Amino acid sequence: MGLFSRLFAPQKPSAAIAKERLKIVLAHERVGRGAPDFLPKLQKELIDVVARYVAVTEDMIRVNLGKSGETSMLEINIEFDGAKPKIIPPRNGFGPRPAPPAAPQPAKPG
Amino acid sequence: MAKVVVITSGKGGVGKTTTAAAFAAGLALRGHKTLVIDFDVGLRNLDLIMGCERRVVFDFINVINGDANLNQALIKDKRNDNLYIFPTSQTRDKDALKREGVERVMEELKQQFDYIVCDSPAGIEHGAITALYFADSALIVTNPEVSSVRDSDRIIGILASRSRRAERNEAPVELNLMLTRYDPGRVSKGEMLGVEDVKEILSIPLLGVIPESESVLRASNTGTPVAFDNESPAGRAYLDAVARFLGEQREMRFVKPERRNFFRVLLGRA
Repeated sequence: MGLFSRLFAPQKPSAAIAKERLKIVLAHERVGRGAPDFLPKLQKELIDVVARYVAVTEDMIRVNLGKSGETSMLEINIEFDGAKPKIIPPRNGFGPRPAPPAAPQPAKPG
Repeated sequence: MAKVVVITSGKGGVGKTTTAAAFAAGLALRGHKTLVIDFDVGLRNLDLIMGCERRVVFDFINVINGDANLNQALIKDKRNDNLYIFPTSQTRDKDALKREGVERVMEELKQQFDYIVCDSPAGIEHGAITALYFADSALIVTNPEVSSVRDSDRIIGILASRSRRAERNEAPVELNLMLTRYDPGRVSKGEMLGVEDVKEILSIPLLGVIPESESVLRASNTGTPVAFDNESPAGRAYLDAVARFLGEQREMRFVKPERRNFFRVLLGRA
């Protein structure tokens, strides 16, 4: 950009920039507002459960409480792309057990 | 039964105490028996703004703890018979405001007054929550500036979820916007958020626009609520806001840049 155009380019008033920034940040912040206190805990426990079966990280699971009209909707998004399924060792007919990710060997009972 | 009005903002330094003093003074001038309470425990300042700092003997915490009764603690304004000031403690911290104690005192006060104006501390911690908890109505004091608008939005959310009315599933706290430190000249140059911008972002009704005015500092210097100065733009703007609060229709003044009057400039009153 030449000196001329830099000097004479119409500049957006700073108040307009302020308004735009506020609208974006508040739209984001209002979504989380009024969410029940249990959401973070639910998210953490879900991660623990899913992580037993699939190698997921914290940022792959998102829990949101949405509202459309009268109905509330609990939305759970688990991103799977690239996550590797874990090899679950069979364990005496009981459900799977978390295996340490570094050493995927069958857990010894007791 | 009194109507409880909280003056709140989230952000500090936007003009809560100035607004609380002026609004209470305005209500008293209109003939309503009004009490203004300082909820800013530990950082008491309402007494200074109201000009009664040397008359404080007992405070809010003393009354809550039963060390003094209301008659001993309430200070009657010397300029207006309808106006009373309830100072807070300078030495205690905000946790001294126990909800049950505050509730008991508030119920007693509601029998005696028409309006109870609660001056909230800044922030969203215990002191601010206690100040807004009992509110029927809230004045959200906001400067036309990004951090103030954002914090106002936050406090609006808290009023909707954590006030007593919200907890009891009653009609929500009535919300009103007070836009303070407004500079119409800078707004017209695109340097400051305008009335319509802030209204659109916060989407609550506008009660008043208080122009940035020398008279506010002059009023606090002398311990006079600015609404007692009906010569000043800020004082008149507060009186307008009080009138609207009481249901009158009044056009918004001081929202357009003032044309500089040659004679006023000459007289040094621009």
